[in-house]
Amino acid sequence: MDWHAISLTARLAALVSVILLVISLPLAHWLTFSRRRWTFLIESIVSLPLVLPPTVLGFYLLMAMGTRSPLGRWWNEWTGHPLAFTFEGLVIASVLYSLPFAVQPVAAAFTQIDPSLREASATLGASGFRTFARVTLPLSIEGVVAGLVLSFAHTVGEFGVVLMVGGNLPGITRTVSISIYDHVQALEYQQANETALVLLAFSLLVLMAVHGLRRRPWAAAPIA
Amino acid sequence: MTLSATVTKRLSSGFTLDIDLSAPPGITMLFGASGSGKTTLLRSLAGLIRPDKGRIAIGERVLFDASTGIDVAVQDRHVGYVFQQAALFPHMSLRENIEYGLNHVSGEDRRQRVSTIAESFHIAQILDRRPAHVSGGERQRAALARALVTEPSLLLLDEPLSALDHAIQSRIIDDLRRANEARRIPMIYVTHSHREVYALGERVIAIDDGRAIARGTPHEVLDRPEQSVIANLAGFENVFDARVVERRERSGTMECRIEGSATELEVPLNAAQVGASIRIAIRAGDILVGIEEPRGLSARNVLRGRLVELAAQGPAMVAVVEAGARFIVHLTPTGAESLHLQRGDHVWLIVKTYSCRTAAIQR
Repeated sequence: MDWHAISLTARLAALVSVILLVISLPLAHWLTFSRRRWTFLIESIVSLPLVLPPTVLGFYLLMAMGTRSPLGRWWNEWTGHPLAFTFEGLVIASVLYSLPFAVQPVAAAFTQIDPSLREASATLGASGFRTFARVTLPLSIEGVVAGLVLSFAHTVGEFGVVLMVGGNLPGITRTVSISIYDHVQALEYQQANETALVLLAFSLLVLMAVHGLRRRPWAAAPIA
Repeated sequence: MTLSATVTKRLSSGFTLDIDLSAPPGITMLFGASGSGKTTLLRSLAGLIRPDKGRIAIGERVLFDASTGIDVAVQDRHVGYVFQQAALFPHMSLRENIEYGLNHVSGEDRRQRVSTIAESFHIAQILDRRPAHVSGGERQRAALARALVTEPSLLLLDEPLSALDHAIQSRIIDDLRRANEARRIPMIYVTHSHREVYALGERVIAIDDGRAIARGTPHEVLDRPEQSVIANLAGFENVFDARVVERRERSGTMECRIEGSATELEVPLNAAQVGASIRIAIRAGDILVGIEEPRGLSARNVLRGRLVELAAQGPAMVAVVEAGARFIVHLTPTGAESLHLQRGDHVWLIVKTYSCRTAAIQR
């Protein structure tokens, strides 16, 4: 069993999920409630990783992280080492790659909220932030948890982007799925199977958690 | 404090609201069909939508003025809003809902205000329940309490009782009248129900297609329906399907038998032939009640019946009389008292021929 790869993957996925939570709450809020006409543009960009082949995304990210791009140069000057083929580079790539998996469940949960509840909150004197913290967020906690779980799971399972941006450096960028690929290449089916089983069990647990959350404990009875 | 507002708002559907209104303390009814612009007006007053033109002020306090660019945010307007479906926060108890707008008030004062308002709306016993676990009427009471406890300078009510049955409606209306007497703030009450207009309103503004078409007391607006829109909305408490049994061309009347009964009514003659189905509509206020068989009256329709229900509804008494069919009759409380009416009494109903409106039934 490749415990190095498993612990690396867990660290990566946990970090990415937390970053995504912080990004997706305001982003989903803006996408759901803004009346601006160009929200559809941002919406399309956010969901791009859903349809883009991971290698394409990985390729452009690799280009962007290289020392010839402004981003790569800036990072190199700031930290003293390049961004590509590092854990940090992998975190940035994973955040972009899993963004739609975090934003969409949250945005869907926000959309489900009866608009009159947010309006009622405002007429009762609540600021935009108070309405978010006391009404919008508690009523969409299910979607937020789903987004968190899905971004964690999706990061654990990514392969193409990691391979392009991170390469295969043990302890730094070799994640579980890369490790399985390596074992198969080396005809080590037994080791590949052990790691793969861990992923299979994990994925099943995640889905059970997500589906188990799909009940609304405080849903109001149909109004007479 | 008086609300004075001039609002022009064109919606993307092409509908245009163009209205000015002045609402002194007390209840002003905004009466109109759905789609007439009542809710758009209410939302403009609350700040939930922004008018294209106009000015909204409560006393000296300007909430919106298109010409100077003033547009006070919803949360700073101190305008209470009660939604049609209550819009209670489902994840909070009724108590937490009512406390929601009091976060700037200190703990002791807040408890005091919540318990006072809960008493006056009869929900003190159920404050710790979630909205899903109380009845529709209790939800609406909690919504009223939640809005009033913040002591708004204007209260907007968007058909708050339309989903409730009549008995519960009238009890909540009584509570609301009492709350209003204590506070004396302008309340704008949107409804399409003429019952609520009679029961609650001191003033009515009838609105149609985004414009005010009549203003006055409930009786001034609803009983002289020059506008067919109001006539249709003003409603008739008694509507019967009937069949023409005899046409009396000479007297200009016809005799009709109410379906499923032996009761006959004489109504004004129209084009319906003998055997045709028609619908007869009679206002509850157009029916007289007597405790003895009346004599020497010009009215042709005198029906014997039994009083099956008598209840106060706002300022009026409502009687239900079984006379072959069920008739709803409005009386004044003094009228009901002077007759010593009791449930089960035999009574006589008197209906003038010309109080019976008829319409053909389309089949």
